[in-house]
Amino acid sequence: MATILTVDDSTSMRQMVSFTLKQAGYDVTEAADGVEGLQKAQSGRFNLVITDVNMPRMDGISLVKELRGLSAYKFTPILLLTTESGSDKKQEGKAAGATGWLVKPFNPDQLLTTIKKVIG
Amino acid sequence: MGIDLSQFHETFLEESFEGLDVMETSLLAMDEGDEDAETVNTIFRSAHSIKGGSATFGFENVAGFTHVLETLLDQVRSDEREADQIIINTLLESVDCVREMLTAERDKTDYDEVHVKDVQSRLEKILGNDDSAEQQEAGANNAEEIQTSGWIITFKPHLNMIQTGNDPVRILRELESLGSMQVKSDLRNLPELVEMSAEDCYMSWTITMGGDIDKKQIEEVFDWVMDDCELDISPLSHAEENTTEVSVSGNNQDDPVAEILQKTEIKQEVSASQTKTEVSAERATKPAAKKAAKASTEASSIRVGIDKIDELINMVGELVITQSMLGQLGENFDMSKLDSLRDGLAQLESHTRELQESVMRVRMLPISFAFNRFPRLVHDLSSKLGKKIRLELSGESTELDKTVMEKIGDPLVHLVRNSLDHGIESPEVRRAAGKSEEGVIHLNAYHKGGTIIIEINDDGAGLDKERIRNKAIENGLISEDEQLPDEKIYDLIFQPGFSTAEVVSDVSGRGVGMDVVRRNIRDLGGTVEIMSTPGEGSTITIRLPLTLAIMDGQLVRVGKETYIIPIVSIIESLQAQKENINTIVDQAEVYKLRDEYISIVKLYEIFGLVPDSQNITDGLLVMVEGEGSKMGLYVDELLGQQQVVIKSLETNYRRINGVSGATILGDGTVAMILDVPGLVIMSRARKNREVGKVA
Repeated sequence: MATILTVDDSTSMRQMVSFTLKQAGYDVTEAADGVEGLQKAQSGRFNLVITDVNMPRMDGISLVKELRGLSAYKFTPILLLTTESGSDKKQEGKAAGATGWLVKPFNPDQLLTTIKKVIG
Repeated sequence: MGIDLSQFHETFLEESFEGLDVMETSLLAMDEGDEDAETVNTIFRSAHSIKGGSATFGFENVAGFTHVLETLLDQVRSDEREADQIIINTLLESVDCVREMLTAERDKTDYDEVHVKDVQSRLEKILGNDDSAEQQEAGANNAEEIQTSGWIITFKPHLNMIQTGNDPVRILRELESLGSMQVKSDLRNLPELVEMSAEDCYMSWTITMGGDIDKKQIEEVFDWVMDDCELDISPLSHAEENTTEVSVSGNNQDDPVAEILQKTEIKQEVSASQTKTEVSAERATKPAAKKAAKASTEASSIRVGIDKIDELINMVGELVITQSMLGQLGENFDMSKLDSLRDGLAQLESHTRELQESVMRVRMLPISFAFNRFPRLVHDLSSKLGKKIRLELSGESTELDKTVMEKIGDPLVHLVRNSLDHGIESPEVRRAAGKSEEGVIHLNAYHKGGTIIIEINDDGAGLDKERIRNKAIENGLISEDEQLPDEKIYDLIFQPGFSTAEVVSDVSGRGVGMDVVRRNIRDLGGTVEIMSTPGEGSTITIRLPLTLAIMDGQLVRVGKETYIIPIVSIIESLQAQKENINTIVDQAEVYKLRDEYISIVKLYEIFGLVPDSQNITDGLLVMVEGEGSKMGLYVDELLGQQQVVIKSLETNYRRINGVSGATILGDGTVAMILDVPGLVIMSRARKNREVGKVA
């Protein structure tokens, strides 16, 4: 079973993402910001990381950079959750090493379709 | 896969309200001159989360509004725009609008759409509308589509593409899902094995796709790797290239951009003619008024810190251990194990008590939840009243039961408003009185015994004793020759129908205020009193029980009945000495305790019971305090002290004077909990009747 780490400071978004993924049979771990996300990523193994961009303590872009610096996450797909207004954020995310992005708002189906693009 | 998004609404609304509070607090901090970048970031993040969430969970109106709000905040954040007074005030108003919209969503009611549109159009005006023009372009760029029978795609990843986690195989697999395809691999760039790095991508592909596929669909597949590869997508045969304009059909209807554009047009028609002060004045008074009506829908969930939960789990663990110990003890019990049994039971008792306390702590919230709304209130009202007022808060981390907190909110607002309106003088008056122009209102909270004390202190003019006296005489509350000590005079302002404000302002003083405040606080089992020094200010002190569910009680016996007196109201208990008992005017008896005369209330008379003895020296006097006066309750015997769980009489039976509730004792019998302030009032009424009879 594929394991997924979802990082978002918004509880409702995190719940939605986590609930949807669990329903689809993935093993999901939640983190409330970049710092917690990095910590959980280091203490576990994940097949995919989904992270929000704007978060307190450590934002999504920095998290991607940190993760890419870890040998265990060199090739792990990392998806950014962005909003339509954040096209420069997409570029920034790519530059940091993100695999791709998911544009908010998205519904559970869109989320699953996107997930399937990067993990089986 | 059908997932009902509404299950996340509650969480979303809750966190959004929290986010709005954070925005408000930070905006007020900016207004005070806080220019820390993190403050702006915090505001932006909150707005961003609300926008993202509201769009995801289907609150389009909120999403549309917060989008504009977010755009402005983004400009402030990136220093493109200076946050001046106008911007901060508009942002504060926007916070109100979002709150209003979300409240309407939560309560399934309507909100003031005209107002929201007005604020939105002002936000857009600040933005100068250049933003919406940008969106127009964005909305138009997907107008052209090419129809073709197939595509030839050349896909040449950069060496480091897979290091972003993008796997070419997955991309090819996704392409395959669009239609039939043929793939030719190009291995020309593949280096010798020894030179090959496993982390690089050397291959490229030429893909031929057949069938009716939009170019957009193909581009979407490559969306994430556009910058990490060389990509060419050309129609299969250039000869067949017949560029027809495909209508943008249904697609555009769902387009959020188009929707926002439509909305923008409507919004601009709404005139912004209302003056700002009018709007903000309304805003300040409205939420509080609405709050009261909403109270019943609130309190559906509670956030609890992990430490509190851990503590609970820990306590339950301890209980389980005790239980198994007692179980073992009971298996073959004989008298030699009596001591261990006693130990076990004592342990059980202490664990139960601790568990109970831990459970109660779950309901406790820091009072900052109630205090947080005041910076905004003071900010808005002081500018409206033309006063300079600084608000100081202390003891915000003092914890209070959630229910008590919810119910104390409105009385607090009322009291703070009063201090702003009547307490603090205008800058001119203050200057003339030799005080600093800026008045200070100080809110403080702390624990004292089993109660929480909230103080509202202002350094204003203080209460005008003469005016209160005259007004009370005028309203027939006291007689003209009645001499009252200062605190009794101040206390008059809590009487129904009392208001000294000569001009009734819309901030406070409709004459219905203070008595309602006192009644609300009394309903919570609390008291409120005011102290004042002319020229120096006033302090209002509110005492509240920490929780409404459990209290420490003194069990007393009267005849065959057991009653419970709240420990907080007991001053002392004593055996009456005959020489200290005085009978005045025939019936009423008072007891001389040190230098005070305290009236004696015989509980058996009030509740119609047969006592052990009617002779006061045979029983005990429990001295209690309530409503600012003391009295001695005559009981037959003091039993034990214990924590009692309060059950409402009103919900289970009906309201009874002198009784605030009931509880169930260890042996299963029901005991009434005495309402000390109520008894004081009852005994006063009795006394008046008796005095009347004699006269």
